[in-house]
Amino acid sequence: MLGFFLGRLAQAALVMLVMSVLVFLGVYAIGNPIDVLIDPAASPGQRLALIQQYGLDLPLWQQYLRFLGSVLQGDFGNSFVFRIPVLSLILSRLPATLELATTAMLIATLLGVPLGIWAGYRPQARSSKAIMAVSVIGFSVPTFWVGLLLILFFAVEFRWLPSGGRGPTGALGLSIWSAEGWTFLLLPALNLSLFKFGLLIRLVRAGTEEVMGSEHVRFARAQGLPERQVVGLHVLKNIGIPIITVFGLEFGSTLAFAVVTETVFNWPGMGKLIIESITALDRPVMVAYLILVVLLFVLINLLVELTYGFLDPRVRVKGAP
Amino acid sequence: MSGASPVRSLPALEVRGLRTQFASRGGIVHAVDGVSFAIGRGEILGLVGESGSGKSVTGFSILGLVEPPGRVVEGEILLDGRPIGHLAAGAMRRLRGAQVAMVFQDPLMTLNPVLRIGTQMAAAVRAHDRVSRAAAWDRAGQALATVGIPSPRERLDAYPHQLSGGMRQRVAIATALLHSPKAIIADEPTTALDVSIQGQILAEVRRLADSTGTAFLWITHDLAVVSSLADAICVMYAGRVVERGPADAVIAAPRHPYTVALVGSVPSGHAPGERLPQLAGGLPPPGGDPGCLFRTRCPRATTVCATPPPQGDFGAGHTALCHHPVEHAA
Amino acid sequence: MNATALREGWAEYRRSPVAVLALLVVVAVVALALLAPWIAPQDPYNQAGLDLFDARLPPGETGSGGYVHWLGTDNAGRDLLSAILYGLRLSLTISVTAGLVALVVGAAIGLAAAYYGGWFGALAMRVVDLQLSLPAILLALVMVAMLGQGVPQLMLALIAAQYAYFARTAFGAASAERRKDYIEAALSTPLSGGRVLLRHLLPNTLPPLIVVVTVQIATAISLEATLSFLGLGLPITRPSLGLLIANGFQFMLSGRYWISVYPGIALMLTVLAINLVGDQLRQVLNPRRRR
Repeated sequence: MLGFFLGRLAQAALVMLVMSVLVFLGVYAIGNPIDVLIDPAASPGQRLALIQQYGLDLPLWQQYLRFLGSVLQGDFGNSFVFRIPVLSLILSRLPATLELATTAMLIATLLGVPLGIWAGYRPQARSSKAIMAVSVIGFSVPTFWVGLLLILFFAVEFRWLPSGGRGPTGALGLSIWSAEGWTFLLLPALNLSLFKFGLLIRLVRAGTEEVMGSEHVRFARAQGLPERQVVGLHVLKNIGIPIITVFGLEFGSTLAFAVVTETVFNWPGMGKLIIESITALDRPVMVAYLILVVLLFVLINLLVELTYGFLDPRVRVKGAP
Repeated sequence: MSGASPVRSLPALEVRGLRTQFASRGGIVHAVDGVSFAIGRGEILGLVGESGSGKSVTGFSILGLVEPPGRVVEGEILLDGRPIGHLAAGAMRRLRGAQVAMVFQDPLMTLNPVLRIGTQMAAAVRAHDRVSRAAAWDRAGQALATVGIPSPRERLDAYPHQLSGGMRQRVAIATALLHSPKAIIADEPTTALDVSIQGQILAEVRRLADSTGTAFLWITHDLAVVSSLADAICVMYAGRVVERGPADAVIAAPRHPYTVALVGSVPSGHAPGERLPQLAGGLPPPGGDPGCLFRTRCPRATTVCATPPPQGDFGAGHTALCHHPVEHAA
Repeated sequence: MNATALREGWAEYRRSPVAVLALLVVVAVVALALLAPWIAPQDPYNQAGLDLFDARLPPGETGSGGYVHWLGTDNAGRDLLSAILYGLRLSLTISVTAGLVALVVGAAIGLAAAYYGGWFGALAMRVVDLQLSLPAILLALVMVAMLGQGVPQLMLALIAAQYAYFARTAFGAASAERRKDYIEAALSTPLSGGRVLLRHLLPNTLPPLIVVVTVQIATAISLEATLSFLGLGLPITRPSLGLLIANGFQFMLSGRYWISVYPGIALMLTVLAINLVGDQLRQVLNPRRRR
C-alpha cells in the first residue's frame, strides 16, 4: 500500500513539473510582459532596469528555474492589475468558489442519485423516461444559457431571488451562515449543479441497471430480501464506488465550470478572477490560477484513487504487498 | 434409496403441470411445458437436461423469480401440500429463503463482491427474523459451521474473492440453509467447481438432506453428478419431462432414447463434472408441437413420433414418454 | 457499410420518435445555416447596413428597412432573425471544422498508438489520459488566453480541447481488434502493415468514432458559445450565437428578454438535437446489439 502510494505521489509530482513547464512556456514566453508592465512613456533606462529586475534578459531555462524556485516558495509574483501578491489574491477568492462548487455537487448528488436509482430500477416506467429526458437536457444545454434562464425567471420575472452577487460572509469567508447568503447562493449553485446532475443520473442509472440484472441481486431476492434491502444494500454499495470516483473527479471540473457560472451571476470567485485576468492580460494571475487548478486536480485524483482502494476490497488486496 | 423415506407422506415440494412461457419477437417460447414432479422430505431429485431444456426456468418458476418477458402461465406448486403458486408478491417474498431457498451455479457471481460474507448472510437472516445485527451475525457463523467451513467467525469478515470457489459455494449453501427451509433448489451448484471439491460438496449435501430433512431439487446437465447423489431423476428435454424414476433404475436401464444418449455419453470410468458430449443436432425451440420433440434427433424416430407419445410404465415409478422405448434384457 | 446495413440501421434508429424528430431539427438547422445569406432579411455583418435607430426593437416591429423584425433587433440594430441565422452558420462552421480536424488528428494518434504499441503507444495515451482528466473548458480557456481572439484561434483551441476524446476512443477500439488472432496472422504475411491498419483496424474504430464526433460537435458548439459569452471568442463584428446572448444579457434585467432568449433557444435546440441524435446513434451502432 505504501509503495503504491509513493508511486502515485511521484507520478503526481512529475505531472506538476511538466505542467509548470507548459504553463510557463505558454503564458510567459508568448508576448512580452514588459509592454504591459511599463508605462509606454518610461525612459529606456527605467525599462532596462525593470527587465533586469524581472530577469527577462536571462536565457529561457534560467527564467524558468527562477520562476520554479519562487513558485515552490509560494511566490507567484504580484498581479499587474491589483498590485498585490497573486497567491493571496487567489486565496481570498477561494472560499467563494469552494462554497459554490460544493453546494452544486451536493445538490447534484442529493437529487441525481435517488432519481438515477429509480430510473435504473424501473427503466421502462414513464417517470424514468422523464428523468432521462431531464438528464439529457441537463448535460447538453450550455451552462451559461441555463444560468440566464434562471435569472430571467427567478430574478426578473418573479423577483424571488437576487440576480447576482454574493451575500455577506462570515466565518472562513463563507456566506452560508445567513439566510441572505443562501438567497444569493441558491441560483448559481443550481446552475452549476445541472451538468453534474445530468451526468450523475446517467451514471447511477447505468450502474443500477447492471446491479439489478446481476446474479447476486437474484440470489438476494431468492433469499427473500425485501426490495428496499436489495436496493439499499446491494445497489447502493455497488454503485457507491463509481459515484465517489465521479464525485471526486467531477469536483475538479466543477471548479473549472464555475468560471462560467461565476461570470453569469457575478459571483466573486476564482473563476471570475481568471476571466478578468485573461481580458486584462494579467499574466501572474493566469499562471498562478492554472498551476493551482492543476495542482488541485492532481491532488483530487490522488485522493480518489486512495479512497477507491479503501472502498473496493478487490483493489485493496491487489494494492497490498 | 438412502434415508428410508416414509411410505406415502405428503411431499415437501410438489410441482403440477407447470408451464412457463417467454414472449419474444419470434413468438411465444414454451420454456417449461407441463412439468410435474414431487420431492419427499430429505429426498434429492435430480433434474437433468441440456442447457436450454428449461430446467433452470423450472427452478425460478417455483420461487416466483421469473423475470419479464417470462411468465408462469399455468400449474400448481405445493409446499408441504400448501399451494404457493398464486401468492401475492409480499407473501411470496416472505416464503423465499425461509421455506424454499435457492443456490445458483456460479458462487463468484451470486455473492456480492463488495460486501462481506457476514453482511450478506446477516441480511438474509434479518429478511425473515427480527433479530439484532449481532444475533444475525451469530446465526450466519453457525450456518457456516454446519456446512463444514473451518473457523467460521473469521470467514464472516472475509470478502467473497478471499475464499476459494468451493468455499464460496459452501457459503451459498449455508445461506440457503439459514432458515431451515423445507426445500432447496440447487441450480448447477457444482458445475463451476473442480472435481475433488465437487465430491466433497456432494457428500455434504447428501448428509444435510438426511440430517435436516430438507428436500433438494438438484438441477444439472451432468448425469454423473446425480447418479451418485439423487434418489430420483427427472430427465427434461425441450421443456418437458421425458423420463422419470428412481436414480439407479434410470441410470441402469434408461428407456427414453434421449436418456440413453445421455447415459451413453457418460464415459465409462467417467470423471464427474465433465461436460456431456454434444448430441447430434440442436435443441428444437419448445412449444406448440404435440409430438415427441426429440424425434428430429432420435435414431429410433418414425412417422408415429409426430403424435403425442404414450407414457410407458416400467415399474417402481419408472416411466418414459416414448413411442419406441428402449428394451432392456431383464 | 452497404445498403442493407444502412437500411437495418435506419430501421433501428426509427424506433425512437424523439430521435427522428431530433434528426429533422438537425437537418433543418444545417439547411438554415447553409442558406442564411439567401433567406436572411439582412446581412448582419455589414456594419453600414445597421441603423442605430432600429436598436432593441421588440419582436414584430417594423424597422427603418421597411420590413418586420419577427424576432426583434439587438442593441446594434441588427435584425435578430438574420443574426441568428448567420450566427448558426458561423457556430456550425467552426464546430464542424474543429470536430472533423480533431477527429482526424485524434484518430491518427489513437490508431498509431494501438498499432505500434510499445513505449510510443504508452506515452501517447498517457498524455491523452492526462489531458482527458482536465475539463475541456479549462484547456480552451488556456488556449484562447495564449492565442488571442479570432476564428482560427478559436478553432485551434477547440481542436486542442477535443482531439483527446477521439484518440482515446480510436485507441480503445483499435487495440481490442489488434489483439485478435487474425490481425496477428495478417501481420505475419507479406501484406504491408499499412494495409492491415487501413483495412482492419480503421473500419473497426469507425462506429464509436461516429458517435463521438456527433457528441463532440455539440460540445464544440456549446464550448464556442460559452467562450464567446465570456468575451474570449469572436470579435463583436461577427457575432456568433454566444456573443449575441452575451450582448443581450445586459438588457435582460430591464425586460428586453428577446435579445438573449431567441439566440439562446436556437443554441439550445441545436445542441440538444445533435446530442439526441448522437445518443440514438450510440444505440444503433452498439456492437452488442448487432448479431
